[in-house]
Amino acid sequence: MLAQSVKIQDESDILTSRRLVREIATKIGFGIVDQTKLATATSELSRNIYRYADNGIVYIEQITQPPGIKVLFEDNGPGIADPEEAMKEGFSTTPGSLGLGLSGAKRLVDDMTIESEVGKGTKIEIFKYLP
Amino acid sequence: MDRIPILKLKSCLLISIQTDLHDLIITALQEDILTEISRTGARGVLIDISALDIVDSFMARTLRDCSVMATLLGAKVVITGIRPAVAITLVDLGLDLSGIITACDIDSGFDLLESTPGVFNSGRILKRY
Ligand SMILES: Nc1ncnc2c1ncn2[C@@H]1O[C@H](COP(=O)(O)OP(=O)(O)OP(=O)(O)O)[C@@H](O)[C@H]1O
Ligand SMILES: [Mg+2]
Repeated sequence: MLAQSVKIQDESDILTSRRLVREIATKIGFGIVDQTKLATATSELSRNIYRYADNGIVYIEQITQPPGIKVLFEDNGPGIADPEEAMKEGFSTTPGSLGLGLSGAKRLVDDMTIESEVGKGTKIEIFKYLP
Repeated sequence: MDRIPILKLKSCLLISIQTDLHDLIITALQEDILTEISRTGARGVLIDISALDIVDSFMARTLRDCSVMATLLGAKVVITGIRPAVAITLVDLGLDLSGIITACDIDSGFDLLESTPGVFNSGRILKRY
């Protein structure tokens, strides 16, 4: 089983996490479009960690039931008060931002879950299954 | 910090993005392009991203904003070489990209700029230094 993790603590770690997700997705057997979607969702969620929580960890893991990939984004940042609201397209607390990260990431994968507690942190999982 | 080189060809600026870039470099590139447009009087800008296997919302937004800002300075921006997988992903991401002009490769990008009055001929003459 393939598994890897990346610490997110500066800008270049966003690049590292998305590159690693693509690498592992490729090894698992995902095609070019799914690799690109996974890498892009990873970029959005890693950037959120860097921007809102300052630092965190990305865990990438091959799964078998059903076969595919799971990526977990975990941080001990400020948390999201209303995750459902934050998932909506256009919701953002950053002036000038479009609030596309969470809603866009969700459209790029097969499943996405958010657990968050204000003051404690945020845990987001994305899943993509082999066709 | 590394900077992406901006080449000048007649009255056009030519930028080829060869590697995956992080946010600070992308933002610096946008500023550099706008500065160069106003410094040289360039009327066209071609940005080739055929080497990029990922364009996330930050990159896409910057390319779009840069196109709009360049228009305000009197220059037309053409983005060339978007890969099919990147195009499919950008549509899912949901960003409004109506502000950007694209062409499939550098050749057709230049054709597009060439057909724009003043980009390669007759228009404003480039300032010389
Ligand atoms: N890891 C996180 N920790 C705390 N808050 C977060 C986290 N991720 C997202 N948020 C909150 O959810 C909101 C929506 O996030 P989303 O990524 O969708 O949009 P954005 O980051 O504001 O804008 P964009 O991603 O389009 O630049 C953010 O504005 C922020 O308030
Ligand atoms: Mg975001």
